[in-house]
Amino acid sequence: MMLADYLLSLAIWLPIAGGVAVLATGGDDRAHVARPLALAISILTFFATLPLYTGFNPHTATMQFVEDAPWIEALAIRYHLGIDGISLLLILLTSFSTVLVIVSAWIVIQKKVAQYLAAFLIMEGLMIGVFSALDAILFYVFWEAMLVPMFIIIGLWGGANRIYAAIKFFLYTFIGSVLMLVAFIYLYYQSNSFEILTFHALKLGLTEQVLIFLAFLAAFAVKVPMWPVHTWLPDAHVEAPTGGSVILAAIMLKMGAYGFLRFSLPITPDGSHELAWLMIALSLVAVVYIGLVALVQEDMKKLIAYSSIAHMGFVTLGFFIFNAQGIEGGLIQMISHGFVSGALFLCVGVLYDRMHSRLIKDYGGVANRMPVFASFLMLFAMANAGLPGTSGFVGEFLVILGSFQANGWYAFAAATTLIFGAAYTLWMYKRVIFGTVANEHVATLNDIDAREAVFLTALAIAVLVMGLWPQPFLDTMHTSVEHLLKQAMTSKL
Amino acid sequence: MPAAPEIFVFSMACAILVIDLFLSDSRRVVSYALAQLTLIGAAVLTLNGFATTGSSAFEGMFIADPLADTLKLAIYGLAFFAFVYSRGYLRDRGMYRGEYFVLGLFGVVGMMVMVSAGHFLTLYLGLELLSLSLYAMVAFQRDSAQATEAAMKYFVLGAIASGMLLYGLSMLYGATGSLEIAAVRQAIAGLSSDDIILIFGLVFVIGGLAFKLGAAPFHMWVPDVYHGAPTAVTLYISSAPKVAAFALVMRLLIGGLEELSASWQPMLMIMAVLSMGIGNVLAIAQDNIKRMLAYSSISHMGFFLLGILSATPNGYGSAMFYVLVYAVMSLGAFGMVVLLSRAGFEAEKLEDFRGLNQRHPWLAFLMLLLMFSMAGVPPTAGFYAKLLVIQSIVRVDLVWLAVVAVLFAVIGAYYYLRVVKFMYFDDVRETAIVPDGARDMRVFLSVNALALLAVLPWVGTIVDLCSRAIQAIS
Repeated sequence: MMLADYLLSLAIWLPIAGGVAVLATGGDDRAHVARPLALAISILTFFATLPLYTGFNPHTATMQFVEDAPWIEALAIRYHLGIDGISLLLILLTSFSTVLVIVSAWIVIQKKVAQYLAAFLIMEGLMIGVFSALDAILFYVFWEAMLVPMFIIIGLWGGANRIYAAIKFFLYTFIGSVLMLVAFIYLYYQSNSFEILTFHALKLGLTEQVLIFLAFLAAFAVKVPMWPVHTWLPDAHVEAPTGGSVILAAIMLKMGAYGFLRFSLPITPDGSHELAWLMIALSLVAVVYIGLVALVQEDMKKLIAYSSIAHMGFVTLGFFIFNAQGIEGGLIQMISHGFVSGALFLCVGVLYDRMHSRLIKDYGGVANRMPVFASFLMLFAMANAGLPGTSGFVGEFLVILGSFQANGWYAFAAATTLIFGAAYTLWMYKRVIFGTVANEHVATLNDIDAREAVFLTALAIAVLVMGLWPQPFLDTMHTSVEHLLKQAMTSKL
Repeated sequence: MPAAPEIFVFSMACAILVIDLFLSDSRRVVSYALAQLTLIGAAVLTLNGFATTGSSAFEGMFIADPLADTLKLAIYGLAFFAFVYSRGYLRDRGMYRGEYFVLGLFGVVGMMVMVSAGHFLTLYLGLELLSLSLYAMVAFQRDSAQATEAAMKYFVLGAIASGMLLYGLSMLYGATGSLEIAAVRQAIAGLSSDDIILIFGLVFVIGGLAFKLGAAPFHMWVPDVYHGAPTAVTLYISSAPKVAAFALVMRLLIGGLEELSASWQPMLMIMAVLSMGIGNVLAIAQDNIKRMLAYSSISHMGFFLLGILSATPNGYGSAMFYVLVYAVMSLGAFGMVVLLSRAGFEAEKLEDFRGLNQRHPWLAFLMLLLMFSMAGVPPTAGFYAKLLVIQSIVRVDLVWLAVVAVLFAVIGAYYYLRVVKFMYFDDVRETAIVPDGARDMRVFLSVNALALLAVLPWVGTIVDLCSRAIQAIS
C-alpha cells in the first residue's frame, strides 16, 4: 500500500479533515491558531496535488491515479476516482486558488474566522472530488455538497443583499442538479452501472440522448452560467466576500464547463450535435449581449461577474464547434479565466478593504496613491481583454480559430469580444486608476502590503507564464482532448 | 418463545404504572429509568431471538420475520431517544409524570403488534393500542386549550379513519372469507382483479392507511396535532409511529393485497403527488416550526409512497430506508425544538432560531445537518433516501413521476434553507433563546444528527439490511 496509490483521496480528504480541525479551533479569540493552520493545510494540499502533475503520463487518454472500491453495492455505486489531462489542470487550479484565498482572508475576515476558513477548505476537497469522480453518484454527491459551504459563505460574510443572493444561488443550482440526477438514474437502468466510463460507451437513441442532454444542460448551464440562467451569478458575486468570489469565478464556474466535457459530449454525442445550434447561439448571446451589459455596470464586482459570463460563453462556444482547437481553446480559456478573474476579484477586494465601496464612481486617480497596485491591475485588465502575451489571449485565439473552421459568422460574432472586452475592462481601469485623485478617501489610500503583493505576484506569474509559454498546458490535455473529440464525433445511434 | 419482547414490554409498562404511584415527584427519575431499561431489555430479547426466516405463531396471528425484528429494533431506538429528549421538557412544564412513559411504552407495544401482525385483527389491535396511547399523550397537558383541541381533532379524525379501515377490512373479509393475511392473499389470487367488493374494500383500506401515514388528501390532522401537542409528544408521534405505519402498509398492502397492485398503484400515485405538492408548498407559508415540520412530514410521506407504489421489492426496500431516515431526521428536528425551549418559553417560532450560530455554533451546525438532510442535499442521509425512492420509480419507467418528485424537492429545499438562514445569517434578537438543556440530551442529539452524516460509508450496508428484511415478505 503506497501513498502514491491514494493521492486523489488524499487531495480530497486532507482539506476536508483539515477544515474540520480548523472548525474545532473555536471562536474568534482563537483566530491566531485557525489562520496558520488553514494556510498550512492548504499548502500541504497544494503539494499533495503536485505529484499528480509530475507523475502524469500525457500520452494516454486512460484514467490515471485510479482508485476503485465498492460503496453502495445494491445500486452498484462505487468510490471510483481517476483523472485525465482535462481534470488534472482543474485540480491544480483548485489547490492553487485555495491557498490564495486563504492568504487573502488573513486580515479582512475578522468575524467567525474559523468557520470561514473551514468552509473554503471543505469546499476545496469537494471540488477536487468533483473533478476526479468517475462514478456518477459520487460526482453528484461532491457536486451538491459544495452548495452547502458556498451557501453559508455568501449568506454569512456577504454584503447587504447577501441572503437573497445566497438563497437564489442555492435554489438555482439545486434545480438544475436534480434533473441531472434523474438522468443519471435513467442511465443506470440502461447500463446497470453508475460508472461514467460505462455511460460513455452506452448506446442510446436520439430522443433519449436529446432528453438526457437537456437534463445535463439544466445542471451545467446554471453552473457555467449560460444566458439566460445566469442571473444568480452577479447577485452571488456582488454579495460574496472576496474569497467567495474568487472561488466562484475561478473554479465553480468551471465545473459546469467540465460537466459538458465529462458528461454531455461523450455520453450524448448525437444529442450534442442535434442541439449544437442552441449551445452556439446561447454562447454567442453570452459573448455579445453580456459583454454589452458589462459595459454599463457601475459596480466593479458586477462588471467582472458579467465579464466572467462572457468569457465562459467563449468556453462553451469552443466546446460545441467540435474541433480540437475549439475544445483546447475552451480549456485554456477556463484555466486562464481562473487566474484572471480570481486576480481581478482579489484586486477589487484590495480596494474594497480600504474604501468599503465597489462603485466605480467612488474612485479615480488611484494610481497616484497606489502605483504598484495599479501596475498589477493593469496586467490583469490586459489579460482580461485578451492581450497577446497574457493567458487570456491563447484561449480566445484558439476558440476563434476553431470557430472559423466551423462557420465564419461564429468567428465574427465571437471576435467582437476583443472589442467589448477591451472596452469594458479598460474603461473601468481608466475611471478607477487614472485621472486626478477623485476625493479625500482616495487621497488617503496606501499601496499594497507584502501579503497582498504575494498573492498578486503569484497570479501575475501564472498569467504571464501561461500567455508566453502555453505548451505545457496544451501538452497535458492534448491526448485527452483528442480522445474526447473522437467520442464526441462517433455516433451512438 | 414467540412474542417475548411484546410480553416483556407490556408487563413492564403495567409494572411501571403501579410503581410510579409510590414515587414522590423528586424520585420520578425511577419511572424514567425503568422505561428506558424496558426498551433496552426488549432490544436484547429481540436481538436474541432475531428471526432469520419468516415463521408464524398463535395460529397465524403473529409473524416473526426479519422485517418485524428489524423494525422493532428501530422502534425501540426511536422511542429511547424520544424519552431522553422529552424528560427535561416535561419537568419544566409540570408534566413529568410516570404516565407519559407508560403511555409511550403502551404505544411501543401497539407498534410491535402492528409490525408482527399476521391477521387483520392483530393489525387492528396494535393500531388501536398505539392510537389510543397517542390520543392520551396529545392531551397530556390538561390545562392547555390548544393541546386539548388537538387531541379532540386527532381522536375524532382518528376514529373515523379507524372506522374506514375496519369497514374496508370487513369488505375484504366478505370477498375472501378470511381475516388471515396470508389466506387473504391466496384467496385474492383466485379472484378476478376487478371484483367490485374487493376494490371497494381496497379503497377504504387505502383511505385508512393514508390517514395513519398523514398523506394528502387525508393529511388535515397532521399540522394541527403536531402544532397543538406538547413538543415532547410531537417528537414521539413523528418518529416511531411512522415506522409502524410503514409496517402497516407492508403487512396489509404488500403482504395481503399485492395482487391488486394495478388497482392501488394509481391511487398511491395521486396521493404521493398531492402529498409532495401540498406538503412542500404549504410548508413555505408557515412561521411556526412545528407546523412547518408537520407539512414537511406530509411531503416526506409523499416521497415514501413513491417507493411503495413502484410495487417492486427494490421499491419496498427503498421505502423502508426512507422511513427510517425520515424518523431519525424528524426526531432530531423536534428534539432541537425541545432543547431550545425552556420553562415558560416554547421555541416554536422560526424567529426563535435567529442567530443561533452566534450563541451555540454546535447546535446550529446540528440543525443545519438536519435541515439539509431533510432537503435531500448530499452528503447527508436524506439524499440517499431520496435517491433510492427515485431510482425505484425510474426502474418501473415512471420517469415523469421522478421529475415531478425532484422538482417538489427543490420547492421543499426553500423552507429548510429558511431555517438555516435564520440560524446563520440573522442576528440575535432580545428575545432569543438561551438553551440550558441537560447534558445527556445534548449528547444524544449530537449523536442523532451526526448519524445522518456518519452513515455515509455504510449506506450500502443499511440498504442491504433493508432489502434482506423485505425479502421475507415478498
